[in-house]
Parts: sequence; C-alpha cells; structure tokens
Amino acid sequence: MTEVLAFDDVGVVFRDAHGGAYTAVGGATLSVGEGEFLSVVGPTGCGKSTLLNLAAGLLSPSSGAVRVFGEPLRGINHRAGYLFQADSLMPWRSALDNIAAGPEFAGVPRALARQRAEEWLVRVGLAGHGQKYPHQMSGGMKKRAQLAQTLVIDPPILLMDEPFSALDVQTRQLMENELLALWQGSRKSVLFITHDLEEAISLSDRVVILSAGPATRPIAEFTIDLPRPRDVAEIRMTPHFLQLQERIWAVMREEVLKAYKQGAAA
Amino acid sequence: MITLGRLLIGILLLALWQIGTVTGVLHPLFFGRPERILAVIVQWFVSGEIWQHLAVTIAETLMAFTLGTVLGVAAGLWLGLSTHTAALLDPFIKAANAMPRVILAPIFGMWFGLGMTSKVALGFTLVFFIVFFNVLQGVREVSPTVLNGVRMLGATRGQLLRHVYLPAALSWVFSSLHVSVGMAFVGAVIAEYLGSARGIGYLILQAEGMFDVDTVFAGIVVLTACALVLDGIVGIAEKRLLVWQPRADHTRDN
Ligand SMILES: Nc1ncnc2c1ncn2[C@@H]1O[C@H](COP(=O)(O)OP(=O)(O)OP(=O)(O)O)[C@@H](O)[C@H]1O
Ligand SMILES: [Mg+2]
Repeated sequence: MTEVLAFDDVGVVFRDAHGGAYTAVGGATLSVGEGEFLSVVGPTGCGKSTLLNLAAGLLSPSSGAVRVFGEPLRGINHRAGYLFQADSLMPWRSALDNIAAGPEFAGVPRALARQRAEEWLVRVGLAGHGQKYPHQMSGGMKKRAQLAQTLVIDPPILLMDEPFSALDVQTRQLMENELLALWQGSRKSVLFITHDLEEAISLSDRVVILSAGPATRPIAEFTIDLPRPRDVAEIRMTPHFLQLQERIWAVMREEVLKAYKQGAAA
Repeated sequence: MITLGRLLIGILLLALWQIGTVTGVLHPLFFGRPERILAVIVQWFVSGEIWQHLAVTIAETLMAFTLGTVLGVAAGLWLGLSTHTAALLDPFIKAANAMPRVILAPIFGMWFGLGMTSKVALGFTLVFFIVFFNVLQGVREVSPTVLNGVRMLGATRGQLLRHVYLPAALSWVFSSLHVSVGMAFVGAVIAEYLGSARGIGYLILQAEGMFDVDTVFAGIVVLTACALVLDGIVGIAEKRLLVWQPRADHTRDN
C-alpha cells in the first residue's frame, strides 16, 4: 500500500510568552495508506488536533517531517480536506454558497460552482436547505454542509477532527453511515480523530492509540478486520466487534487514567 | 394602543408649550410659539426656499459618510492585517481618536473655506474613526476556525481578504451604520452652524443672529425630521445587508 500521508518522528513544542515550553507531540511516527480509513484515538488533551493541524499544514513541526505523497509538506496541504471539530462555515454565506466556495476559489465559473454545490447539497441530505445561513441550521445540518464543502473539492486526503462528537446519538450514527457510503464510493484516504473508541472501530480499517500528553505518540495499533460494507449500529452488536473493543480498551484504559490523573493534579 | 398613548403625550407637550407661551410663563422671545414655528416651516416649504439648504446639508452628510466609510474600511483592513504597523501607529491613532474632533471645525473652515468641503471634512473625521475602529475589531475577531477552513479550501491571500476579512469587517460597519450616518449629519450641521453660506445649520445661524427664535426652532424641527428619515433608511438597509446574522428576536427560523 502506498503511503499518502506520513509523520516521520514528528515533534511539536509550544512556547508561551513567559519562555515556558510544552511538548505536545514527541517523536510521532505514523502513516496513512492510499484508500485507508485510519482512526486515531487518545485521551482528551493529548494532542490529537495538533496532529491533524500538522497534516493540514496549518502548523509546522518543531522536529521531524510530514510527508504528503512522499513529498515533504510546506505550507497548506492542498491535497487534503479538513473537517473541523468547531464550526468552520462562513456565517455570511448560505449553505449553498459555502459549499460552492472551494470551486469558486479554484477559479471554477460561478454558475458551474453552484451547480456542483447543488449536487453535493443533495448528496449530504440538505436538498431544499441551500438558502439557509449557518445560524439558521441545526448542528447536524451544519456538519453536513461542512462535509459537502470539503468533499466538493474532491481532496484525495480527508482529515476529520471529532466531526460528529457534538451530535446526538441517532444523527451521529446516520452521519457515520453516510460518511462510510461516501468514502466507499471514492476511496479517499481518511485520518479520523476521535476520543470515542466505538466510533473508531466501527468506521476504520486501522485504529491507532495515542499516549496521554505531554509528548504524545502512537503506542499501539490494531487492524480492524470487520467486513464491509458496515452499518455502524449493527456492527457494534457483533461478537468480533466486542472482542476488538475489549482488546483495545485494555491498552487505552491506562492512558485515559494517566490523562485523568494529570487533569486532577493540574 | 401604544400609538395612541404616544400621540397623546405629544399633543400634551405641545399644548403645554403653547399655553406656557400664551400665558407668558414661557417667554416667547426665548421659547418661541409652536404655531409660529409651524408657520415658518410651512412658509419654507411653500416658497421652496428650504430645498436648496436641505439639499446642501444632505449632500454634505452623504459625502462625509461615503468618504469616511470607504477610507475607514481601507485603513481598518490594512492596520488589522499588519500588526507591526498597527503597533507602530498606535499612540497616534489613540491621540487622534481621543481629541474632541468637533473643535477641528474652525480649522477646517480656515483650510477649506466656507463651502461644502469644510463640512464634509468635519463629518468625515467623525465617521472615519467609528468605521475604522469597527473594522479593526472585525478583523481581529474573525474566527480562526473559519479562517483555517477557508485556507484549507484553497483560498489565496487575496481571496481570504475578499471573502473572509472584508465580510467580517463589513458586518461590524453595518451594525454601526446608525451611529456613523448620525455622526456625518451632526458633523455637517455643526460645521454649517459655525460658518457657512448655505444649509440648515446656516438658516439657524442666521435666525439666531436676529433673535428669531421661532426660525431657530423651525430649523431644529426640520433637522430632527431629516435625522429620523435617515435613520429609517439605514434601518431598512441594515435589514437587507445583515440577513445572515442571527437576530435576538428569532435566533432560528427552521
Ligand atoms: N497553540 C498552542 N499553544 C500552546 N499549547 C497548545 C496550543 N495548542 C495546543 N496546545 C496544548 O497541546 C496539547 C494538545 O492539544 P490538542 O488540542 O491537540 O489536544 P486534543 O487531543 O485535540 O484534545 P481534545 O480531545 O480535547 O480535542 C494540550 O495540552 C494543549 O493545551
Ligand atoms: Mg481536539
């Protein structure tokens, strides 16, 4: 499998104004293969978003290197689409115009950009809601619009930062299934961040566990050999899923406890 | 119901004023007489004398507003995006803003004469700083997530400016429209009052020189009506321009 995205011994040190330093990521090595759905799970505050920002090129590593299709990454990663944890829609654009933004920036004529946006609007289940502004949309609708906004530019790599964590369970499972269907049709390489182990297992080909911070890095990885296509709600009931979950949780538990103790001490 | 109440209060105030001046409790030389004030206003509009003055005052207001807004947006974007220049110029900006700018009117009068330019100049200095500080704030408070999102969508620096910073800044400008239009108007009228050959401020100045308090009040009434109309237009424009912003009365309409 060819490597689409790779972290080579990457370190990130944040310095504050008082000369203090915090090592968020320490010597992380990790790679995402072509067409692979990789989930990264770790306790809260360990450095998951930091890792994703590195992959996006929004942050440069203090040491080591990030490679995209074998080339060292400099500046923004234009081969990647980023689904943020927080709201990233432009509040002054309607859903449709938000989705049309990417093609528009790339110089696609306005009419064509809107036509493509319209197609994606339908594909993510927002048909008829194109004229709504972000403040008029529910959390789930905004996530769908964000997803369409990212997918319309057809990036080979998809970076997702806990995209569904703010949704209720039903909407969440619905969107997870939709994501799997869309991914299955396009076979993009996905780097998916979550703190929810079940979500990671039900979506992924591979799950990587991060250590608690500081200096987080991958400490274990598991191949998820569950059959596809999957239904995220049903697959959670299968014995094999439960076995995997038990095995991975045994490793993750310790890190979560560590992070919890640090949180309590701080 | 509330309209009726307001109407009654208005009539009551006018009646008290009228009674006060008729009985001599309020001296007509200082307080005027409502019916004479009305007569002056009617006379202005019947003879058509008022239009040229009104046109001048409104033209000055619009020019001051346009100039102040355009340059305020430009300066705000520029300093909002280049932190170093902003830090360098900070004390000068603070001083210019702290200065009671109305006092510049006589200086503008000397520089630009008694024509419209000196009025536009005063209105401009009032509008410019309001817009400038709003844009500065708008640029600094752009959500980093929105910014990063747009960068990930492939926007160039120019596209970031046009599609993120400008709309973010303009939303602040639009929400301060009432204040800035009002300030343009105030600037124009005050500058006229301090020395001019035309405009509503000039009419008031003339009447004051002749102790014609009825005409002074008539001018004030016309100015107030004019300000209310401007404010109403701004209100309509605001609704059109800020459709994308949540309003307190209906946070969501789905
Ligand atoms: N710009 C920054 N400056 C200083 N410290 C930072 C900065 N960004 C992140 N950190 C620190 O780095 C660590 C990792 O942050 P990060 O946001 O990557 O965590 P996370 O795993 O995504 O957390 P969560 O699960 O809560 O989203 C945290 O301790 C955070 O305080
Ligand atoms: Mg995070």
